[in-house]
Amino acid sequence: MARTAVGPVRRKFAPWNDPAAKPFIEFRHVTKRFGDFTAVDDISLAVYEREFFALLGPSGCGKTTMMRMVAGFDEPTAGEIMLDGKNLAGVPPYKRPSNMMFQSYALFPHMTVEANVAFGLKQEGMPKDQIATRVEEMLKMVKLTPFAQRKPHQLSGGQRQRVALARSLAKKPKVLLLDEPLGALDKKLREETQFELTDLQVDLGLTFVIVTHDQEEAMTLADRIAVMNHGKIIQVGTPAEIYEQPNSKYVADFIGNINLLEGHVVSAAGGSVRMDCKGTGATVVAEQELQAQAGDTAWFAVRPEKIAVSLAAPADPSVNAIEGQVWDIGYLGDISVYHVRLASGATVKATVTNATRLVERPITWEDKVWLSWTRDSGVVLTS
Amino acid sequence: MASDSDRRERGLGRWLVLAIPYAWLVVLFLVPFLIVIKISFSTPVIGQPPYTPTFDLSGGIAGITASIRQLVVDNYVFLTKDALYWKSYLSSLWIAIASTFLVLVFSYPIAYGMARAPRAWQPTLVMLIILPFWTSFLIRVYAWIGILKKDGLLNDLLMALHIINQPLIILNTNWAVYIGIIYSYMPFMILPLYAALERLDNTLLEAASDLGSPPLRSFWQITFPLSIPGIIAGSFLVFIPVTGEFVIPDLLGGHTTLMIGKTLWDEFFSNRDWPLASAVAVVLLILLVVPIVIFQNQEQRRAEREG
Amino acid sequence: MKVFSRFNLASIILGLAFLYIPIVLLIIYSFNDSKLATVWGGWSVRWYGALINDGAMLDAAWVTLRVALISASVATVLGTMAAVALVRFGRFRSRSLFSGMIYAPLVMPDVITGLSLLLMFVALGVARGFWTIVLAHITFSMCYVAIVIQSRLVTFDKSLEEAAADLGCPPFKTFMVITLPIIAPAVVAGWMLGFTLSLDDLVIASFTTGPGATTLPMRIYSQVRLGVTPEINAVCTILIALVATGVFIAAVVGRRRELERQRAEQLAAAMP
Repeated sequence: MARTAVGPVRRKFAPWNDPAAKPFIEFRHVTKRFGDFTAVDDISLAVYEREFFALLGPSGCGKTTMMRMVAGFDEPTAGEIMLDGKNLAGVPPYKRPSNMMFQSYALFPHMTVEANVAFGLKQEGMPKDQIATRVEEMLKMVKLTPFAQRKPHQLSGGQRQRVALARSLAKKPKVLLLDEPLGALDKKLREETQFELTDLQVDLGLTFVIVTHDQEEAMTLADRIAVMNHGKIIQVGTPAEIYEQPNSKYVADFIGNINLLEGHVVSAAGGSVRMDCKGTGATVVAEQELQAQAGDTAWFAVRPEKIAVSLAAPADPSVNAIEGQVWDIGYLGDISVYHVRLASGATVKATVTNATRLVERPITWEDKVWLSWTRDSGVVLTS
Repeated sequence: MASDSDRRERGLGRWLVLAIPYAWLVVLFLVPFLIVIKISFSTPVIGQPPYTPTFDLSGGIAGITASIRQLVVDNYVFLTKDALYWKSYLSSLWIAIASTFLVLVFSYPIAYGMARAPRAWQPTLVMLIILPFWTSFLIRVYAWIGILKKDGLLNDLLMALHIINQPLIILNTNWAVYIGIIYSYMPFMILPLYAALERLDNTLLEAASDLGSPPLRSFWQITFPLSIPGIIAGSFLVFIPVTGEFVIPDLLGGHTTLMIGKTLWDEFFSNRDWPLASAVAVVLLILLVVPIVIFQNQEQRRAEREG
Repeated sequence: MKVFSRFNLASIILGLAFLYIPIVLLIIYSFNDSKLATVWGGWSVRWYGALINDGAMLDAAWVTLRVALISASVATVLGTMAAVALVRFGRFRSRSLFSGMIYAPLVMPDVITGLSLLLMFVALGVARGFWTIVLAHITFSMCYVAIVIQSRLVTFDKSLEEAAADLGCPPFKTFMVITLPIIAPAVVAGWMLGFTLSLDDLVIASFTTGPGATTLPMRIYSQVRLGVTPEINAVCTILIALVATGVFIAAVVGRRRELERQRAEQLAAAMP
């Protein structure tokens, strides 16, 4: 299912759209089995240089296994992993040009911050004065210079995270692998660190691959996200593509909130899909290229914020519209969430910004309302 | 709403829980040491008890003061003069240090192997290591006599394999003593080492590998330093008792094996010279008091930290 | 990435072989038909028969058994009290002395402990014999018990005791009804440790004994010095078998309890 890029991405950087670009990390039909259990199931994926790539999925979906195979802690049962054109098979972790930032940070408790950061450089045999300079540079980069002589147990969680980051970047690796990098931080710290990480990545010009189960983290940090489940990649795309054009109910549901209206395809041709929504008597249209037959079961996926709620039917006939009754209203201060029940019994959530004050809004419980959204606001999903 | 009698009752209960074992240890552990010290300043006599002076409370304060004046330092002087004793002390310390080191060298690979073994095997492995420890010390030392003697099993085997022509004299030499010590004390080193190694966070080794350190170097830079608390605990558990060891030098050692524990036993049972034996014990205790205090501090702190 | 290399496996196997071969040889030679302890004369159980008729050995075994049972039991009670004091009573005055007295016997050479106790008994005019051995054994065993129970108490969830207190249960009853049942495996382990240490002790018993109180280790030791028949091997084999059975049963019971607990937890987690 070809998709066009939706909206401008974070920066004008999209090597995946360039047919001449060569992938930097490539998974070629990689499978990993642990006994009977298949953790990674025939995955082929390309990550480009300078990308900030995220592997997103729930626990057990295989994302950590994929990263560990790049780092060298596990070998694929089948398939190949290429890094910068070289096959990594059989290469032990200490000879790979990738470095990893561990979820638990794995700082060496018996060494100072300085010694931790210098560790990788010592293994390379770098001369002592060069090591000292590089360590100083790293500590300045993560703003931990005054803590150089401290031991890990004398640092806060956020500081330890930055030591782990400095240590993993000290060798200027071609690829930095990050395992749930922000998971252990509290909310405020997480937000601050998110932007630091992305700035750092662009400044250093490195390729970052992160593994996370937190969709917010993936959406904020990554240029592209691979949504995974049960060892397979469900969809790869930019955050906007994944959000606005999910390819399956799984992806639609995994990221953010979604309304799914069940029904059948009426027609799918010429860049436009029409489907009827079961039990409501309404037909909805999406501007979408879709291979489907009339009569196929389908779901219409539309995000709550794309839906307008009004007492009167919308005047524009090209807008999708469905009737319903307000079942519940959730007032969250900045937004209100209308739970609207359709004739089919299904409930649709519509979020409306409270641009005006409460008293002035005319819609209340049990009102009959019209829900409307434009034709390019939703997608029809067949799986 | 605790009444005064409730509070008093609770206080009494708590006090007893501490006081009873405390009193027991003071009477049966501490006081005996004081008595040993006192007797080390006494003179041997024939009779019951075989030393003088005896502190007889019936004489009152005057009697006690008189007794105190009878105390002598002869025993200690004798210890410094007779070569047997200070040689025994030095020999014991040397054997203890050397065997602690040897026990460590042999135990480390075993404990390391145990820590890396599959999870499911580990309780069984621990049990297998502990089992000899629960078996009688005496029995296990005795077992080595049959192996190491001139017509023993080891010589039989070596001669049958034509590795040697003449039987090796191992029993009743220092070699046998070392073998006996290593054999008997290995569980005491393996268990604390295993505990320290098993606790090691495996991701630290992954991180080291990720940063470019090959496995052997990772061992020396990461695993070994972090196992040092286990090494220290195990070393104390071996060094201190071995210094005063009696059974092994007695059964496996020879006339040239000088260990202070054996010397003390001979002094006491063979020569019946209680005051001298006491002086030997006091000096041994002085030699060991520093390691004992360090050991006790370490262990108490470790117990608290793990809480 | 926890690699269990061939070197690791070899170390374990060699280590276990080193630990067990002497014991196995000892057991084999207890079935030796020849009187000479190291010349093999064929299989025979005559030494076990001789053992049954050896009055002195049987007496010694009986003495040892009684000493071990009594001292282990008293030591467990005292050691538990000591552990509770160390873990729950915070920093009381002279705590370091108390703690020192608990840890020191663990490493103190037996000859010193034995000598000091004997001298005290003599000085106080206490008649030496069965009961002085028991007192001596209680003293060092309680320290080992205290260490075992201390390490268990340190990880014990205090909120259980607090909940009991909140519901009206006085401290002593809380200990007996809540704490003790939960730390029972550690208490049993402590008892077994005390029992084994008492069973095994030669030096301290030799110092603190009196007429009529010969323990099994003392008897074995005197036989070993005089010259041995494989009867000694037979005694040793029986002791080893007893201890091995005890440890094995303890391990099996422990594993079964652990598995039951896991199964129960799994069932509970699977419930809606």
